[in-house]
Amino acid sequence: MQDFLEFRSISKGYPGVQALSNVSFSVRKGAVHGLMGENGAGKSTLIRVLSGDQSADTGEILIDGEQQHYRSVRDAFHAGVIVIHQELQLVPELTVAENLWLGRFPGKAGVIDRRQLTEVVSRKLSEIGIEVDPAVKVASLSIGERQMVEIAKAVMLDARVIALDEPTSSLSSRESEILFALIDRLRANGTVILYVSHRLDEIFRLCDSLTVLRDGKLAAHHPDISKVTRDQIISEMVGREIANIWGWRGRSLGEERLRVESISGAKLRHPLSFSVRRGEILGFFGLIGACRSEMARLVYGADARSGGTVSVDGTTIEADSPPHSIRSGIVLCPEDRKFDGIVQGRSIEENMTISSRRHFSPFGLINPGKEGALADKFIAKLRVRTPSRRQDIINLSGGNQQKVILGRWLSEEGVKVLMIDEPTRGIDVGAKSEIYEILYELAANGMAIVVISSELPEVMGIADRIMVMCEGRVAADIPRADFDERRILAAALPDVQNLNTLPHAQVR
Amino acid sequence: MTSLKKLLLGEQGLVVIFALAFVIVSLTVPNFLTERNMLGLLQSVVTIGIVACTMMFCLASRDFDLSVGSTVAFSGMVAVMASNATGSILLGLVAALVCGGLVGTVNGVVIARFRINALITTLATMQIVRGLALIASDGRAVGINDPSFYQLALSRFLGVPTPIWVMALFFVAFGFLLNRTVFGKNTLAIGGNPEASRLAGVDVARMRIWIFALQGLVCAVAGVLLASRITSGQPNAATGLELSVISACVLGGVSLAGGRAAMTGVIVGVLIMGIAENVMNLLNIQAFYQYVVRGLILLLAVLLDNLRSSAAGRRA
Repeated sequence: MQDFLEFRSISKGYPGVQALSNVSFSVRKGAVHGLMGENGAGKSTLIRVLSGDQSADTGEILIDGEQQHYRSVRDAFHAGVIVIHQELQLVPELTVAENLWLGRFPGKAGVIDRRQLTEVVSRKLSEIGIEVDPAVKVASLSIGERQMVEIAKAVMLDARVIALDEPTSSLSSRESEILFALIDRLRANGTVILYVSHRLDEIFRLCDSLTVLRDGKLAAHHPDISKVTRDQIISEMVGREIANIWGWRGRSLGEERLRVESISGAKLRHPLSFSVRRGEILGFFGLIGACRSEMARLVYGADARSGGTVSVDGTTIEADSPPHSIRSGIVLCPEDRKFDGIVQGRSIEENMTISSRRHFSPFGLINPGKEGALADKFIAKLRVRTPSRRQDIINLSGGNQQKVILGRWLSEEGVKVLMIDEPTRGIDVGAKSEIYEILYELAANGMAIVVISSELPEVMGIADRIMVMCEGRVAADIPRADFDERRILAAALPDVQNLNTLPHAQVR
Repeated sequence: MTSLKKLLLGEQGLVVIFALAFVIVSLTVPNFLTERNMLGLLQSVVTIGIVACTMMFCLASRDFDLSVGSTVAFSGMVAVMASNATGSILLGLVAALVCGGLVGTVNGVVIARFRINALITTLATMQIVRGLALIASDGRAVGINDPSFYQLALSRFLGVPTPIWVMALFFVAFGFLLNRTVFGKNTLAIGGNPEASRLAGVDVARMRIWIFALQGLVCAVAGVLLASRITSGQPNAATGLELSVISACVLGGVSLAGGRAAMTGVIVGVLIMGIAENVMNLLNIQAFYQYVVRGLILLLAVLLDNLRSSAAGRRA
């Protein structure tokens, strides 16, 4: 069969990172093609380029031998390319039929032809075998059903290429099976499906061919999936080149500092326990959806706990709210600096002293001299590059903002446990090593440090021990001596450890 | 051109505009720059000025309070009725402060703890409290029995009426609170980024309740002074005050998006509102036109705010 969808030397760079470099591969007509790779391997960028959401710096996309020149999602629509994201794009208060017609309602002079509205939809839905009543509101459907409606929308638009981004991440296994059956029917109709997933079982169950990306490059292309093994795919996903920017060195570890016992919350349903020793850097690795940040927010008291205890140096912390955690010596540098970290519009000084100023503000009266001196001290110590402590924090680069957030906690003095979520996301290499050095120094002074990262090389580079999380559970706890990329990644992939729970790859 | 632009859109832009307007008005409007008129002008902005002090905190923390007008009327009413009933002015004042503080606390608790939108909450309490004032007085003005109650507004110190002193004192106190206390800094931080502030250990909910409670207390002070000046408790007093106060704050550079506020700006905003009204009175412009002018001033203020933030954005 001929190649229907073809990527030719696609490259795309963002400031500081080359998300895709020279990626070329092609997919046959009527094939389901898997796309795999670690976090940050370039899958999302490739999907964005395909959907017209972003344009590639160089390279071209061909569909049915025809070069595509689209500049927007709308252009891609017209070319028959539809991407279904994890966040579904349906209007909950409209009915299924209305959603499917949205933007091009049938009728005359603005009056909707309700007959045509539902009839065409019913016909289409039964054609592709989706059992959803077109007259009900989308709000009343389950997530799985909504996904079906989203796919039906693509079919209504005569999509020739449908890309699905982690479609089963919020589906039950029964819903997933219905989705797989639907994908099988679309395949039979000749539609090309690009299927992005972390789950190897699904990939083997559904896909005809597979591409593995790594660091924005093509790591492997398998035109026939029956000729590859799981182990082979995992090896292809890992094996990043590791530049030695980590500078890790051994430290002597002290007694247990932080102990988390069976903690759980709304988003972390399975109780989770771990402990960190004085001077230890514990890394948390997992793929998106592993609930690492949720875990940290629960420990910090940012979200309400439904159970579990947190203790520091053997003393259980009764209350669970950020102010209490800070007073007990637990602090968190949040994942999303812009939304949860910095207070934009305020100065570096105010951002740094927002919490620690209570130590030298009798009766709530600010001591500007001390505050300024403290800010200057940590600007110098952490080497924050800024002309003045009075700069609005928004003017700083990501790395310097992160240092200010670190300064916020270091100026607290009594910090015993530092949790830092994605310490170097969006930060250039130079500032990265500086931040690692700060973490090593803090650990050497007896702090217990929890580092959460989606970058496997980073966690392996700086942690003394790694806990691998997968779908809200601890999948592995690995000391530095046993660090092995393949082992860590295999633990993080959802279905490698429970191969027998899902129906196995079916012979086609 | 660019330096003029910088001057007008910079930190002190409003002060510059105000100074210019003041000079022009002094030179062109007869009887404007007289002691009598100046004191009258300041008297006329006392209520707005006092309430603007806490409205500034409210807006700076990304909240909103529509109930201030009703609270001023209600607490003035309570002061008059309680002092009439007990024969003690002091008890009347205490009762007014308790009622004002209570309204503010209820606002704060509903907004911060039950997470109801501030606009909706205070829209509701605005009507409830106005209703309470009308019910308590049966819809009529309640006269003051003890003439010494008048002295609150009529007495003078160094030739300047007491209410103006009170307003000046509030300006100083709340300016200090905003710039030199943890409370003020936390208010601005909450407005700048509520979630980041919460994760940095600021008890955001408690702060918001305090801000609303303060707002209620300050409304009570304004209500008592107003009642004293108009020599009675009027259930319909201070209608539309919330809009004038918010206008003055916005005019003074307080950002409705939160995180930005300055006492000097608010003072200037209050004075601009007062001067506009005063000048129109002096020029015998019909009262109906004053609404149009007030609306135009607010619109201009918001446009200015927009220009200023985009200028600040460009600097960034």
